[in-house]
Amino acid sequence: MDLFEHQAKELFAEYGIPVPRGIVAHTAEEARAAAEQLTGRVVVKAQVKTGGRGKAGGVKVADDVADAHAKAAQILGMDIKGHTVHKVLIEEASQIAEEYYFSFLLDRANRTFLAICSASGGMDIEEVAHTAPEKVAKVPVSPLTGVDRARAREIAVAGGLPQQALDGAAELIEKLWAVFVDEDASLVEVNPMILSADGQVKALDGKVTLDDNANFRQAEHVAYVDKAAEDPLEARAKEKHLNYVKLDGNVGIIGNGAGLVMSTLDVVAYAGEEFPGQPKPANFLDIGGGASAEVMANGLEIILSDPSVKSVFVNVFGGITACDAVANGIVSAFQLLQSRGEEVTHPLVVRLDGNNAALGRQILADAALPRVELVDTMDEAAKRAAQLAAVGA
Amino acid sequence: MAIWLTENSKIIVQGMTGGEGTKHTRRMLAAGVKVVGGVNARKAGITHEGLPVFGTVKEAMEQTGADVSVVFVPPAATKAAVREAIDAEIPLCVVITEGVPVHDTTEFWAYAVSKGNKTRIIGPNCPGIASPGASNAGIIPADITTKGRVGLVSKSGTLTYQLMYELRDIGFSTCVGIGGDPVIGTTHIDALQAFQEDPETDAIVMIGEIGGDAEERAAAYIDEHVTKPVVAYVAGFTAPEGKTMGHAGAIVSGSAGTAQAKKEALEKVGVRVGRTPSETARLMREIMSS
Repeated sequence: MDLFEHQAKELFAEYGIPVPRGIVAHTAEEARAAAEQLTGRVVVKAQVKTGGRGKAGGVKVADDVADAHAKAAQILGMDIKGHTVHKVLIEEASQIAEEYYFSFLLDRANRTFLAICSASGGMDIEEVAHTAPEKVAKVPVSPLTGVDRARAREIAVAGGLPQQALDGAAELIEKLWAVFVDEDASLVEVNPMILSADGQVKALDGKVTLDDNANFRQAEHVAYVDKAAEDPLEARAKEKHLNYVKLDGNVGIIGNGAGLVMSTLDVVAYAGEEFPGQPKPANFLDIGGGASAEVMANGLEIILSDPSVKSVFVNVFGGITACDAVANGIVSAFQLLQSRGEEVTHPLVVRLDGNNAALGRQILADAALPRVELVDTMDEAAKRAAQLAAVGA
Repeated sequence: MAIWLTENSKIIVQGMTGGEGTKHTRRMLAAGVKVVGGVNARKAGITHEGLPVFGTVKEAMEQTGADVSVVFVPPAATKAAVREAIDAEIPLCVVITEGVPVHDTTEFWAYAVSKGNKTRIIGPNCPGIASPGASNAGIIPADITTKGRVGLVSKSGTLTYQLMYELRDIGFSTCVGIGGDPVIGTTHIDALQAFQEDPETDAIVMIGEIGGDAEERAAAYIDEHVTKPVVAYVAGFTAPEGKTMGHAGAIVSGSAGTAQAKKEALEKVGVRVGRTPSETARLMREIMSS
């Protein structure tokens, strides 16, 4: 889960990392009030979970209270790389002497952590990394030894930070490491990390990605979930512990196993290319290994309540859960949906393979469920589901 | 010979007394796999599913001669369980547990490296490893394929099963599910190397998915070191940027990690990449019948 800048900075502040004073505003009026409270020049910053915000015009300096109101009005509602700006951070303007770059992240390729530090921070860091890689220090960090003050200082030196910034940077880096480890982050990034005119090293921006797998020991992270940005169907699915991602097509997808479902999305999209309107997958839904009737019913319910869905493809490979259990799950799901007063109005294409596939198919054939079609192979079933979606069945 | 897991492998189960541990121990035993005991510090001395439960991995190894451990403990206990397996220097540790925090995995990996990598770790969040007709450590269904001469390595569980099933008449030497997490103990490259060296493997199927650059690095490795034919499949061509597709590691961020980039990297070194799992199976069938 990615955090908004203001959330990242609130987290930084809890760890004693210097950040500018700031107030979140959801309207231009709130922005005016925030600027009044902060006094002096302020910066109005779009809160979106994507990079390149500065270049897109999402960060503006305001000279006074009226200007803060005006700039907030411009930025709120703006679209930045597909993200609508719903809130801005009003922050006291900093006197910047120099801008640096710093991050801790997971280095997947080398299976370790990495500190990245550069004296050439700011909006063009990616350009610098590309054209002058020697200016960007990449220092592996072992989870066994971590980062203490001395190590933090070495990293700052490796990044080419000037003498007058080293003490402040080392302190900030050591504290960022604490954020990275204690919060189970896979990324903490500060760009720019600044040296202010009065000699302080501060985090002027903050980007944090938290590991959802660690939620069991990070109880307070649930507060960071951005309910406003969540798709309503995704939110409902999450309540039912379903692994569901909304997409923009019209073929509902249910499968077992993340890889198989990802593959199903591809196969349906390829099949859709041959039909008018080019039907595409409407969602990703992985019901996991033990596809019980209830899970199947909940999954079908979510998918059928998506108004864009025209047909549904149930793609199951019976591994641990045999296909007869899955077929019984589908039959019970229909009964369960009926008892909830919901009717299955769209055609359902079912492909069952693997463990006890013949028995599973027999169960479905015997049940003679309305609008359920059995197809033998994944490729053929994808084609049929796409075709049904194309005719708007 | 298969890779890493043979008919002589003796398996212990860490977390055998739990729900998943019990269920899959039972399945492995039913499939004729040599499971010789379990580990649970709080239940040492009892008998479970007809097998002795030991207090530590070390003790279980001493008492039974076990050389493979399968880990079913919950995510919060996984780091400690794997560290224990590393300390005991068990040759193979298969971590089935899903939802392990990436800080924990990175830490136990660093620990394994610091101890000289005496334990091969597979996973976490993987279905395990199966050498059909010989042994099966994990949750891969034992009866969906047969013994043969194709090696399979995959990030995804169900896609592994799909390919095992489609090629059940040809059969496999070993099928390794390496898992879809951002940090894993055994990589595509490790498996490619082992299959290349295995005299009983003639060709290799490699299944990848979006996220990271493991497939690109595997392609570079194939170019340099693999002479046996490789066919590949990559899942996630239509996955949108920034949305995690089920596996913690399956996310396209920016230009990195796309299925297209992986496919191109593999094709550039002569690997044939199937558009669908079935087409991938057909490509392997052609190779094995020629």
